[in-house]
Amino acid sequence: MDLTLILSQLLNGVQYGVLLFLLAAGLTLVFGIMSFVNLAHGSLYMLGAYFGATTYNHTDSFVLAILAAVGGCILVGVILERTAISRLYMRDHLDHVLVTFGLVLFFNEMAQIIWGTQPYFLPVPAWLDSTVEIFGMTYPSYRFAIIVAGLLAAVGSHLLIHKTRLGMLIRAGSVNPQMVGALGVNIKLLNALLFAIGAALAGLAGVMAGPILSVQSGMGEPVLITVLVVIVIGGIGSVSGAFYAAIIVGIADTMGRAFLPMLLREVMARDLANAAGPAIASMLIYVLMAVVLAIRPQGLFAAQKS
Amino acid sequence: MSNTVLRTEALVKRYGGLLVTDSVSIDVKAGELHAVIGPNGAGKTTLINQLSGELASNSGEVVFAERKVSAWPIYQRARGGLLRSYQITSIFEGFTVLENATLAAMGAREHAFRFWRPLLGRSDLVDIAMHALDATRLALRADTPASELAYGERRQLELAMALAAAPNVLLLDEPMAGMSSQESAQVVQLLKSLKGSHSILLIEHDMDAVFALADRITVLVYGKVLFSGTPEEVRNNPEVKNVYLGDEEIGNAA
Amino acid sequence: MTSPTTRWKLETIVPLALFVLFAAVPLWGHLADNTFYIAFFARILIYGIAVAALNLALGFGGLVSLGHALFLGIGAYCVAIPSFYGIDNGWLHLLLAVSICAVIGLITGAISLRTSGIGFIMITLAFAQMGYFLFVSLKQYGGDDGTTIAYTSKFFGIDLGGVYTVYITAFLLLVLLTWWTARLRKAPFGMVVRGARQNARRVSAVGFPARRYLLVAYVISAVLTGLAGLLLANLNSFASPETLSWIISGDLVVMLVLGGLGTVFGPVVGAFAFLGLEEILKMVTDHWLAVFGLAIVVIGLVGKAGIIGLLASISQRFMRGPSAPPSSSPAAPAVGAANNNHKRVQA
Repeated sequence: MDLTLILSQLLNGVQYGVLLFLLAAGLTLVFGIMSFVNLAHGSLYMLGAYFGATTYNHTDSFVLAILAAVGGCILVGVILERTAISRLYMRDHLDHVLVTFGLVLFFNEMAQIIWGTQPYFLPVPAWLDSTVEIFGMTYPSYRFAIIVAGLLAAVGSHLLIHKTRLGMLIRAGSVNPQMVGALGVNIKLLNALLFAIGAALAGLAGVMAGPILSVQSGMGEPVLITVLVVIVIGGIGSVSGAFYAAIIVGIADTMGRAFLPMLLREVMARDLANAAGPAIASMLIYVLMAVVLAIRPQGLFAAQKS
Repeated sequence: MSNTVLRTEALVKRYGGLLVTDSVSIDVKAGELHAVIGPNGAGKTTLINQLSGELASNSGEVVFAERKVSAWPIYQRARGGLLRSYQITSIFEGFTVLENATLAAMGAREHAFRFWRPLLGRSDLVDIAMHALDATRLALRADTPASELAYGERRQLELAMALAAAPNVLLLDEPMAGMSSQESAQVVQLLKSLKGSHSILLIEHDMDAVFALADRITVLVYGKVLFSGTPEEVRNNPEVKNVYLGDEEIGNAA
Repeated sequence: MTSPTTRWKLETIVPLALFVLFAAVPLWGHLADNTFYIAFFARILIYGIAVAALNLALGFGGLVSLGHALFLGIGAYCVAIPSFYGIDNGWLHLLLAVSICAVIGLITGAISLRTSGIGFIMITLAFAQMGYFLFVSLKQYGGDDGTTIAYTSKFFGIDLGGVYTVYITAFLLLVLLTWWTARLRKAPFGMVVRGARQNARRVSAVGFPARRYLLVAYVISAVLTGLAGLLLANLNSFASPETLSWIISGDLVVMLVLGGLGTVFGPVVGAFAFLGLEEILKMVTDHWLAVFGLAIVVIGLVGKAGIIGLLASISQRFMRGPSAPPSSSPAAPAVGAANNNHKRVQA
């Protein structure tokens, strides 16, 4: 087991982590500020991948694909928010669950109607289809680009939240949502904006993930559930928490799946290791979540609610 | 001190930099009605929350029947006979008045891990509940869903639930809030009848009621005990007059 | 169970008629020599059991669990895995299902109850997903594709794998569970759990540690769902990780809300309506899921009285009975319920 392998898996973990962060950032704010359970966030991710893939197949331009994904998702997000979601803020979480669950089923089926049941192909764009040299080894440029893009998004969101007026409203809103409304801020606009930002990030994540994972109906939900784990570990409403938790989860999951079966083979009988290894690796992040909850139920980096 | 049923030892509660309960030592003697008054924001409800077990203090002790109960959660204190009523009515809207009271009667006495026979089939508990409803003049409304009660009736149900639990010590947080003067008078009569057999810590803004009922009064200002004494002493204390009662003569009629 | 005045209300008559229908199905199947519909209705009954189990946690306790499919799957695999080794002892299957669901229910429930509202929903969903991945990774038991069950559960020599047997068992179990739900609703435990949904703080203040009671309700709910899973495995002679998917968890919640959250007959009516609607839509279009999804969106937007609630309001309007609230119909969702997600359990 050489260092290169470990490093490349570590980088893969970071890459997975930043994708999770893009999804988690928007979602944790929607949870924390609007107290809205949005199960349809994975659908936005899926739509981003589809919009991107379709655009790329028609224009051969990855840049256009990204724009289409982000723009398309913003549009869908805003429409959803204005028509259905905003009616639900005052209702209890069960209603949110029902509506967004129905939307997920609807979107998954619509994706099949429009794009068919076969996985859609989105290739790695040619100008990123090479390798870069890091830490003395070669690593796929595309994955590296994702890491860079994700880190930029993280820095950008940090600046947004800590250096702008909107960010101040977001921080205030995550600690005391009712007060922000009472202070005369246009809550409707703020909510729509937050939802749109979340949708944009989800769309970006979808189009970037497209070349690595397959673009197909139902691709959003497994990722969504992992994102929920990230949010729980990081703390609902905390974007910085979402970042750290996403990186932790991304690395833990990737490294776990890559090395745990191997490690187990060192210490136990081969048959048992082959059975237990993948099983434990797949449960790793959930066990992590359970441990965090047992010790600190509000999450590791929770926004202190008043 | 042996007839003190409830006391606190230098209770402190902080919210960040804000000192809400400032080293409060207060006690309730057996059978007395001890009123706590003070301007809004004085920390009265916070004090009751610490006494009832819903809020953990930063330091200090709550001693109930000579036992340190600071670590006891609220349900344990309720079982032990330390009951509270809420300033903002907190009842079970989906249940009838009788169900509310019977549940309270059961909670103080036994566990509820019974899965077949109906709660209201327990005539012993229902009797206790009806007794409490009689005392609070809600007996005729026993089968009414709590959500349909008028505001004053809800406050009475609050009180009934505390009574049904066979309390030794009652922590009453503004039981007369929002009541008409007629309703308040009834509650005053009820509390008068409870004194002696029960020990009561009463938070109230209705000064007529306070001076009519209290054996002792403690004045709380900014989380600190300003003065504690008999109603006469409180009425005549110059500091209290300045800070809270103003220059008016208060509580003349009983 | 019901007082004389309620016996004639629509929200009681329709479900009872449904039970009569269910009782008649095996007779009809025997006469017509057609077991397809017996299997179809058996599936409805089994889901009815799972939804009735969920009703204890969600309907009574207000615990929005999006992970109940976990227990359905565990119950199913408690038949599938022993069967893999040639063990067909139904009592062993049953013991495994009950004990494993109880333990997992206790652990996941205790952890999940440390949070509230959104957190609880996410965590239950995550735990079910964990179970899903676990069974997918167990390649020797079929993994993704699932595994056929050659040795279905045998009790006293009777094979639960036979379609008549599993049907009758599911029917009896659902009847008993429905009856117990009616009793439980007014029994001390049920009242405390229902109280916890309305006002968790008050429950503890009255002397019942709310979290403890909710946990017990959750565990009972888990075990009963596991039983449904055991029956499901016997009905299909098949078990797969799909049973643990988030879609199934969501379906259970939809069935309960569709039928009537917290009501006695909501689960059976909801399971019937949901699966019936699914069948009808499947006949109309291949893309029935899109329509179904939108229907669920509408259910969520329109409100939670469910079919039982709808029947209750119809019967109140037209039957001019006494105005006393019937014991088997729901109160309108408790006034404080909408805000209850933000209150949290005290002890």
